[in-house]
Amino acid sequence: MANEPVDVLIIGAGASGAAMAWSLADTRMHILCMEQGDWMNPSEYPSTGMDWESRFSSEFSISPNERKRETDYPINEKDSAIGVANFNGVGGGTILYAGHFPRFHPSDFRAKSLDDVGDDWPINYEQLEPFYNVNDRMMGVSGLSGDPAYPAKQTVMPPLPMGYSGEIMGRAFNKLGWHWWPSDVAIATTDYDGRARCINLGACSSGCAQGAKASTDVTYWPHAIRAGVELKTRCRVREITVNDDGMASGVIYYDENGDEQFQPAEVVVMACNGIGTPRILLNSTSTSFPDGLANSSGLVGKNLMFHPYANIQGVLPEETDGYRGPTLSLWSKEFYETDASRGFVRGFTLEMHRGNRVVRTALNGVMSGRIPWGEGHHDAYRRLHNHILGMSAICEDLPEEHNRVTLDPDLTDSNGIPAPKIDYTLSENSQRMLDFAVERGTELLETCGASEILVQSPIPFGGWHLLGTARMGSDPSRSVVNEWGRSHDVKNLFIIDGSIFVTSAGVNPTQTIQSLALYIADQMKQRLANLFD
Amino acid sequence: MNTITTDNPISSEQTSILACLASILIPASDKYDIPGADDETIMSDIISAAREHAESFKTGLDAFDAYAQSEFDTDFVSLDHDDRMAIVEHFQDNAPHFIHALVSVTVSVYYQDTRVMKSLGLEARPPFPEGYELPQGDWSMLDPVKERGEIWRKAD
Ligand SMILES: Cc1cc2nc3c(=O)[nH]c(=O)nc-3n(C[C@H](O)[C@H](O)[C@H](O)COP(=O)(O)OP(=O)(O)OC[C@H]3O[C@@H](n4cnc5c(N)ncnc54)[C@H](O)[C@@H]3O)c2cc1C
Repeated sequence: MANEPVDVLIIGAGASGAAMAWSLADTRMHILCMEQGDWMNPSEYPSTGMDWESRFSSEFSISPNERKRETDYPINEKDSAIGVANFNGVGGGTILYAGHFPRFHPSDFRAKSLDDVGDDWPINYEQLEPFYNVNDRMMGVSGLSGDPAYPAKQTVMPPLPMGYSGEIMGRAFNKLGWHWWPSDVAIATTDYDGRARCINLGACSSGCAQGAKASTDVTYWPHAIRAGVELKTRCRVREITVNDDGMASGVIYYDENGDEQFQPAEVVVMACNGIGTPRILLNSTSTSFPDGLANSSGLVGKNLMFHPYANIQGVLPEETDGYRGPTLSLWSKEFYETDASRGFVRGFTLEMHRGNRVVRTALNGVMSGRIPWGEGHHDAYRRLHNHILGMSAICEDLPEEHNRVTLDPDLTDSNGIPAPKIDYTLSENSQRMLDFAVERGTELLETCGASEILVQSPIPFGGWHLLGTARMGSDPSRSVVNEWGRSHDVKNLFIIDGSIFVTSAGVNPTQTIQSLALYIADQMKQRLANLFD
Repeated sequence: MNTITTDNPISSEQTSILACLASILIPASDKYDIPGADDETIMSDIISAAREHAESFKTGLDAFDAYAQSEFDTDFVSLDHDDRMAIVEHFQDNAPHFIHALVSVTVSVYYQDTRVMKSLGLEARPPFPEGYELPQGDWSMLDPVKERGEIWRKAD
């Protein structure tokens, strides 16, 4: 039976798709979201079982190539310095994310004017601010107001506990005179919106069994569905179709039985993330769009930004929080804004880590030679167990066209849709920033009293932020979507996920991805009468 | 019925090599009163965990025996500790992926064993539903940060 046409078809039920669906629901239009993955069952998350740490490397791995669920698609990353991390299901990446939830800083929207790199965004902090505030409430953000690294903003719930680790770090920061502050996190520290408060399970990145972490399956989606949005799982979109007028007419997708179907729609919204979205656009070729849909600029798939990360850890004489509590709970913006004397432009956030999990301590210890085989294993393990403290530096990645997503000529997913191929190298600016961050991280840990420093730079599997591959802008020859997310080429096609980022900033992106989705939804609502003009 | 044998994705020779490697990596300790990774219960869990990578385990373990034969003219398990360690070091250099898989499976199972967790002062339970307590801390530690004032860069 043919599918009925819908007013708005959103593809992808992750961070941005959920926010858009909820915001558009009050228009009373017929809104359908198609998601290739499943609903999650929190009672099956690893932290409910004794073997929870083992499951981090199998069906809850952050790498789709390792996880290999039926609902995943493979990614060819052999020519990428950094491997991709994602999750495919209702909630998208928020199922596994750490919930570290910073906003962009005002300067992040103006990299070109301030530092002559990248491009300026077509919008600014003030325009996004009201949507940051809405997103704070919808996701439930905890933190402490008054951070001098940001314009004034209110948080919804109190910060995560400082813990033993935070106190050690805080003392060291104060000794050095560096900025530090409790992080904004999308983790409920009090009971909130039907969700129970965080009880420090320490397993955020394999799904939150408590429901305290704001994955969109427990935040936006229940509200959107109650408001009438329809969400269909196990629908994998292959391509967007166009009519003779060059407008999107709907999508071809595979249903749960693998059967090909067509879903007609008046408006199509892409929310498949910075890799999934260019993949489907590039796969949507036609006589009018031979190089892929919305690609007259040739920029679909280009300018991929990941955020190079350095991980710096130290071994302390005193006890840290170890495996307890959400890993990321403090940040430092000391090196965030450009200082030319450092030898690079733009900057990074230091995200403090409370410590390591029990098995992770053993695995890292043995593989790095700090824990020997045989005699001495147990003493060495005990010296590290609950005595590790660390941080990661999340460095601003600048847009470069050669960093890109294309379609792999051979590799496909289980429905035969071409898999994405990633080409990505680190720039010299990124490398200098990473090196500087490692030096500063080492200085901080030594101030904490750390005896040994362990460094991983860049983190090879740390491509969890997927940005820039269908950038926004006002010039159709230099961007894929306009200032409010509409494709320059196809006037009923919108893109709302991390693809539309112009630059990456030195912060985790999801707060900004979702606030942008809310902003675009708001712009659409204001223009409903002449949306396609 | 011996479930280990019937369910075992690897042969009995391979199982002996695996047990031998597990005990070299994590031997029993009198000092901490804990078993080694070749303890029967732990080994049975290691073997189930290895099932997911059965082919690479079979190949990897056979290579230990083949190398022992070529270098020492005997099988791996018959060697003394020093010779076994020499072979481990050879494979650390030459088969890092297999060594990573071996260490990963062994330590995952070992450090999730109830007896081992207790010896580390951990409660032998999953994190959910009880969770853990952490001190709230004293946010007046931020006073110097506040005193320094705004540090964000104006943009427009
Ligand atoms: C381990 C990990 C830790 C992270 N930690 C943080 C953090 O602390 N802070 C932070 O800000 N960010 C973090 N992130 C990143 C965060 O998850 C992403 O930024 C965010 O989820 C991206 O939102 P999105 O809407 O762009 O896409 P996603 O949330 O990835 O959603 C895309 C959805 O589209 C679906 N889809 C894709 N292709 C198709 C198709 N063809 N047909 C149908 N459906 C499709 C996918 O299944 C997926 O559900 C983390 C990510 C990971 C993996």
